[in-house]
Amino acid sequence: MGLKEINWMIGGPQGTGVDSSATLFARAMTVAGYWVFGKREYHSNIKGKHSYFQVRVNHNPVQSSLDPIDLLASFEKTTAEIHAHEIMAEGALIYDPASTKPETLDGLDASVKLFPMDFQSILNEIAEETGTNPMKLVIMKNTIAVAASLALYGVEIDAIEEALKGLFTGAKTKLVASNMLAAKKAYQVIEALSGFAEYKYKLAESKNPPAKGSRLLMNGATACGLGKLKAGCRFLTYYSITPAVDECIYLEDRPEYGIVVMQCEDELSAVNMMNGAATTGIRTSTATSGPGFSLMAEGIGWAGINEVPVVVFNYQRGGPSTGLPTRSEQGELLFAINIGHGEFPKIVMAPGDMYECFEDSFYSFNYADRYQTPVIVLPDKTLANNTQSIDFFDESKLVVDRGEVVSNQVKGDPMEKIDESLAIYPRFKITESGVSPRPLPGTPGGIHWLTGDEHTEIGHITEDPTIRMAMHEKRFRKLDLVAKEIPIDRQYKLYGPEKADLTLVSWGSIKGPIHDAMPVLKEKYGITVNHLHIRLMSPFPAKGVLDILKKAKNVVCIELNFTNQLSQLITMRTGFQIPHHAVKYTGRPISQCEVIETVQKILKEKTEKVVLSYGH
Amino acid sequence: MVTKTLNEPIKARQLKSDINPDWCPGCGDFGIVNAIQQALAGLQLPPWDVYFLSGVGCSGKSSHYVQAYGAHTLHGRVLPYALGAKMANPELTVLAAGGDGDGLGIGAGHFVHAGRRNVDMTYIIFDNEVYGLTKGQASPTLAQGEQPKSLPLPNINQAINPFGLALASGYTFIARTYSYDAKHMKATIMKAIQHRGMALVDIIQPCPTYNNLRTKEFFAEEVCGNSDTPLPRVYYLEDDGYDGVVKDASDTGEIHEKRMNAYQKAYSEQGYSADQRVGLGVYYQVNLPTYEDLLKQNFPVLEGTTPIGLSYHDEKMKPTTDLTSGWEALIV
Repeated sequence: MGLKEINWMIGGPQGTGVDSSATLFARAMTVAGYWVFGKREYHSNIKGKHSYFQVRVNHNPVQSSLDPIDLLASFEKTTAEIHAHEIMAEGALIYDPASTKPETLDGLDASVKLFPMDFQSILNEIAEETGTNPMKLVIMKNTIAVAASLALYGVEIDAIEEALKGLFTGAKTKLVASNMLAAKKAYQVIEALSGFAEYKYKLAESKNPPAKGSRLLMNGATACGLGKLKAGCRFLTYYSITPAVDECIYLEDRPEYGIVVMQCEDELSAVNMMNGAATTGIRTSTATSGPGFSLMAEGIGWAGINEVPVVVFNYQRGGPSTGLPTRSEQGELLFAINIGHGEFPKIVMAPGDMYECFEDSFYSFNYADRYQTPVIVLPDKTLANNTQSIDFFDESKLVVDRGEVVSNQVKGDPMEKIDESLAIYPRFKITESGVSPRPLPGTPGGIHWLTGDEHTEIGHITEDPTIRMAMHEKRFRKLDLVAKEIPIDRQYKLYGPEKADLTLVSWGSIKGPIHDAMPVLKEKYGITVNHLHIRLMSPFPAKGVLDILKKAKNVVCIELNFTNQLSQLITMRTGFQIPHHAVKYTGRPISQCEVIETVQKILKEKTEKVVLSYGH
Repeated sequence: MVTKTLNEPIKARQLKSDINPDWCPGCGDFGIVNAIQQALAGLQLPPWDVYFLSGVGCSGKSSHYVQAYGAHTLHGRVLPYALGAKMANPELTVLAAGGDGDGLGIGAGHFVHAGRRNVDMTYIIFDNEVYGLTKGQASPTLAQGEQPKSLPLPNINQAINPFGLALASGYTFIARTYSYDAKHMKATIMKAIQHRGMALVDIIQPCPTYNNLRTKEFFAEEVCGNSDTPLPRVYYLEDDGYDGVVKDASDTGEIHEKRMNAYQKAYSEQGYSADQRVGLGVYYQVNLPTYEDLLKQNFPVLEGTTPIGLSYHDEKMKPTTDLTSGWEALIV
């Protein structure tokens, strides 16, 4: 016997290894043949404040978190104090009796099994056996907590060894043995504790586990970074900001690809340095979050009027202002589609899962080049920081599209054809498609000018009303092309049956909890829902979205913001008014449980606006 | 800097674009753009390998008047643009230009950080102490207490010393020239382009419309300065025996000495008001590894190529970047 799914949490002060222990746990579970989804929550703080990591383990792929946990692993008292009430009936608490008194914990269910682990004694034993200073072993409390948890779930200790080998490579290989010693002791200690054998939430062995080495343990920031590398992005600018910096550091750490990662003095420099680089023809991008995105507005406009291919990733976090810097929000949709003063075409995309992060990241460069206009990609903190076991990305169908680049305007030796080589090229030629071929600096016969002013075909300043009209219209014509050429599946997609009791509309990371909730709603509650996932925000696929909404029996839009931004956008572009909304603006992601709760509320009570708030 | 031989010499007049500048009559900008064209012709650089970027303001328009690839960027942001272009494609000769307000006001942060990165490019400041295009407000180089006719009240802000700031930031070539000295401007800009590293050229110029204090006549005056007898206000540093060029870049003592001399020189002329003199020439120059050189240390794949030269797709446009090393750490 055993379960198909468990939901584990570990917490601790920031800087004490909570992240690493969750990674170890997730790796071990993946090695053992399960699928995992990890939710990471942390403060804007380096050391000391409470952070936690929740890992959901399932026999099948999962892409969202669950709310109640069955096992809470802790090694200091704050974690237990904050999260004890989240442990479900007959769940378990692993704690350090030296610091934590279970009887003092608010909301701890009486049926929760208690597993006191004397962390210090275990560390002392290891210290004695290995001749190490016990002070240097404190970090191993994490390994002990993880191992004790895995033991409770009934996972073989071999999985930890395998996971440790994957984590500690090269010079760190020696850490495998010492951590295994800690793991073995943890198994011995917890197995001897009363209640161990009776623990209810044991995992059933995974049937048909995926082959070893066939999956990736991925987070969104890494997926986006890998997409950029694959696309040929070789110049990335950034100014340090949470959570975008994760992608930048990931890329900075991979000099073998030759991607020059420039840490700039501010986001004004980052956006404009990207623009300058892009005008030479290199594939370039910048990554930022809320406050930095605000600063980039003017630069994005320059790229717009000069039709420069640039890719801006805005990893959304809680706003406004500094807001909730380490938390989740989808608060920048309407800002992103309107960013910059004046009017210019922009392509705005919002990936919804790891696969879409990689795919959108790759294609954003093709779109930028093909349509010669800024592309804005809007992941959110939930996507960026959460960990998930996934299949390999399919790279086989990817093709690079550089758009219209003029490379050999002068045939023969330019040095011998000075007049031709000095000739001016109509970079902003009025064309039917709106796209004009662009020569790159260094191309003989391609000389032209770029300017933030309105300009003529060769790029000189003009205030002529006729030229102004022609240029404005030319630039905006490109959006018709985008709408026509980007495959519909990458614009929006209806998941689930065509006919449903309720149609859930969402964007970005909400795809995960909705997709996890759909089969549960069907099997457990007999409710059929479908899901309209919108990925292309500008130009907005109005017709396709309206067709789906008009056919829907009932509709709810679920978002991580206060003002129903996607719903507003849909009304603005289609005239359709979505009758129900579910929103969450605590800065925490929406869980599978909250989606189920939302659907039930709307169908039973016809609630117009459901406000969700679960999670610390 | 690209070294290619042109079949026939390029003449400065071929580097004039076919539109006419719309600056006020008597503006120093005409002379500066002329000198840029002269310098480019002097170095015989193929114009299609030259990328001339400018900020916003009167000087911002200058890129439109030179027959080379040009970008009229944003107010205060010309340096990030130019740095991005040069780092992406180091084979281009990159020139940036902007006003004193552009570079030392709205763009002051970039001015400092461009100095920290010794990228091989040239930055020219059109320095006339006022914001001309918006009708003559005080710029960051206007001395405290001054009141050009365009100011309703005297300026109570301290002036920035551009060279003090440049020295503190790490510029490896710092020179001053004057918009009514065509020969000296041309020679100075040529030196700046030839310098391997971040070169700053501050060009003092009158704004005939808004700055009635720093006129052509003002710069032609004789003043006492530090001496007892009146001397021409504008003079050449080398005539005064000043040499700001570091001969041995491995000699930290010499670097320190030359840098301190340059500080002293720059501050003795701060604001060039009252009876102060204005020295033209190279205040400081040192040959140190460029940012491009240092990038190659961090990115061995750039050896023998450039960021823009790295290939990432084949003839059929299939991406060729092999992500294996990226996947390795993630495979379970």
